[in-house]
Amino acid sequence: MEKLLLLGAEAIAQGAIDGGMSGVYAYPGTPSTEITEYVQHNKTAVERKLHSQWSANEKTAMEAGLGMSYAGKRAMVCMKHVGLNVAADAFINSAITGVNGGLIVTVADDPSMHSSQNEQDSRFFGKFAMIPIFEPASQQEAYDMAYEGFELSEKLKIPIMMRITTRLAHSRAGIETRPLKQENKLKYPEDPIQFVLLPSNARKRYKGLLGLQSLMEQEAERSSFNTYYPARNKSLGIIACGIAFNYLMENYPERKFPHPVLQLGQYPLPFSKVEKIVNECEHILILEDGYPLVEEMLKGYLDKNSKIKGRLDGTIPRDGELNPDIVAKALGLEVKIGKQVPSIVANRPPELCAGCSHRDIYNALNETMKEFGKQKVFSDIGCYTLGALPPWNSINSCVDMGASITMAKGAADAGVHPAIAVIGDSTFTHSGMTALLDAIVENTPMTVIISDNGTTGMTGGQASHATGRLEEICIGLGVKPEHVKVLTPLPKYHDEMVKVLREEMLYEGVSVVIPRRECIQTLARSKKDVRVKVEEVVK
Amino acid sequence: MKSDIILSGVGGQGILSIAAVVGMAALENHLYLKQAEVHGMSQRGGAVQSHLRISEKEIASDLIPEGRADIIISVEPMESLRYLPWLSENGWLVTNTTPFVNITDYPDMKVLIAEIEKLPHNIAINADEIARQVKSPRSSNMVILGAASPFIDIPYQSLENGIKKIFERKGEKIVQLNIDALKAGREFSEAKRN
Ligand SMILES: Cc1ncc(C[n+]2csc(CCOP(=O)(O)OP(=O)(O)O)c2C)c(N)n1
Ligand code: SF4
Repeated sequence: MEKLLLLGAEAIAQGAIDGGMSGVYAYPGTPSTEITEYVQHNKTAVERKLHSQWSANEKTAMEAGLGMSYAGKRAMVCMKHVGLNVAADAFINSAITGVNGGLIVTVADDPSMHSSQNEQDSRFFGKFAMIPIFEPASQQEAYDMAYEGFELSEKLKIPIMMRITTRLAHSRAGIETRPLKQENKLKYPEDPIQFVLLPSNARKRYKGLLGLQSLMEQEAERSSFNTYYPARNKSLGIIACGIAFNYLMENYPERKFPHPVLQLGQYPLPFSKVEKIVNECEHILILEDGYPLVEEMLKGYLDKNSKIKGRLDGTIPRDGELNPDIVAKALGLEVKIGKQVPSIVANRPPELCAGCSHRDIYNALNETMKEFGKQKVFSDIGCYTLGALPPWNSINSCVDMGASITMAKGAADAGVHPAIAVIGDSTFTHSGMTALLDAIVENTPMTVIISDNGTTGMTGGQASHATGRLEEICIGLGVKPEHVKVLTPLPKYHDEMVKVLREEMLYEGVSVVIPRRECIQTLARSKKDVRVKVEEVVK
Repeated sequence: MKSDIILSGVGGQGILSIAAVVGMAALENHLYLKQAEVHGMSQRGGAVQSHLRISEKEIASDLIPEGRADIIISVEPMESLRYLPWLSENGWLVTNTTPFVNITDYPDMKVLIAEIEKLPHNIAINADEIARQVKSPRSSNMVILGAASPFIDIPYQSLENGIKKIFERKGEKIVQLNIDALKAGREFSEAKRN
């Protein structure tokens, strides 16, 4: 069989393509970005013309995916964990409408916050929506779940969530692929009002969803992704969810487990398997690379079952990702203590690239703000967030995509003047446009700086919806044309930038300043493709 | 057979091409492989590392446990020390000595080299200099891989084959320059070891 060397994220993409997917809808976000990028470059996907262009944000992606499913075809929607907050309305309701063509929502969580604002666990959202969740332990399982997921979704007529974490998304391993399936043909839903969530119909559909729960559980009970490993020493039983199973295996090579183990890869919880291990063993250790979801369920609220060990009783740290050493300690096994890091080793935080346009903007902004005072600059998420660190210390917030503009508005309403927002071009079209509209409607005195580098820089330089249309969007929304100012952020234009910024800050209404210069990294790449491709076919 | 390797450096220095070449070589030898890398922060200049595991048996964890790495391969001297907790007692540390200085509190070079040489098994190599000597100034990462190659449980020829596969698209000349760099690194190590 052909084997491919793929990242976990790429394995999901390959599994979805081979499983007969007609389109992927996504907004970039670490560690989920590579799924869509893989589809964009994959030969079969290109030949089949599978949809793979980026969406404006996760909500539009989720809705477009649902639309493709409505038309009978198989779709995947991908995002990072916080993206699901943005898509939540569509996501939760898609469980009520149900699907027509198979729909998989892949969400990549980032425990330990390697590149995120929080470490929320998407399984809670899956449980909240009352849909099945896949949680692969390996790249191969990731492939298989994507491949098989569409069929399960079509069988249950419900979207499926696939939850992965950073270490699986961004780790490579060999994958065995399976035969390429046909895409579905266009086919309307049998019930023309299936997707109409008027209360009368929504109530019916919700009862239907409730009715499906036992079927979902039976599927989990039967699933080959939920495996029970019997063993003699029942002083302890171990439930290992998703990738935590690998860390367990690392400590017991070749799956020679001394204690019974339940490997969990498909939810809702398979009741009889869970019941068996809990009844059989004196204590239960729960390993989850995320929040203690299963642990909370088994521990209960009132009796606080002390038999259940995990993150809640301190057996495992309450936050952060798992690793083989944390699991070893929880099992009472010996861990090696490596050498210490010598004290001379200094921190080396990420920094804006040499020549990045954001540098020039912050230099100009800092100079302008000398006159206006400190702590008046709200910002957002992207490379430019590094402006919060020395040497700039220019910004005072970074909360969620788009929040710079709306927080500046609220602060302006409270009397902060001038209130400044600094936002990237991709973040602006993701969630900043409606925020700006709020300010325009009230003509709030504030200055919005849209730092336009023509790309989604932070996540590796994906196309930005804003490119070529920023001024039109702002003017169209209602910013006065004479208060939409375009600048070129270069050291030689420093004085001019300061002058324009100052004028706009003194203006008692909404103004938008657009410093525009291409990201150094995408510029270098478009001149010369320097990326090394590792994806290679071997026997 | 197993090799657990930590790759380290600064963003943009090309540790992923080292991983790619070793990965190809591992596949040629029908070995299992897992390679966890750091993505996400596009900006350059931060510390980056990758866990690369190859083995004839199925590999469980994508991450190497502490104190178990057989080799640290670093393209930057200070970064080589950041991952010492992972190095096993008898593990090798193979590092470039050319510093990448983008912070104000970068340690004194003499003190830094002294720390590296405290380790019982170390190869400190001026890979940038050697790359220049073999007229392949952009292949210092292959020099370092060459210097580490005696300690990786994979036939040397497979690493050359890996280079051929990875750089094939860039033409014969680039392939040869990278192979020259690999060879020069290996020779340095073999000489230093004896
Ligand atoms: C809801 C949500 N989706 C995605 C992300 C991931 N993300 C963080 S910054 C960013 C892109 C920023 O692009 P842009 O605003 O153009 O700024 P640049 O990085 O180019 O400076 C993305 C996609 C996120 N943090 N939150
Ligand atoms: S990747 Fe682009 S936007 Fe990000 S810091 Fe580098 S030059 Fe700036």
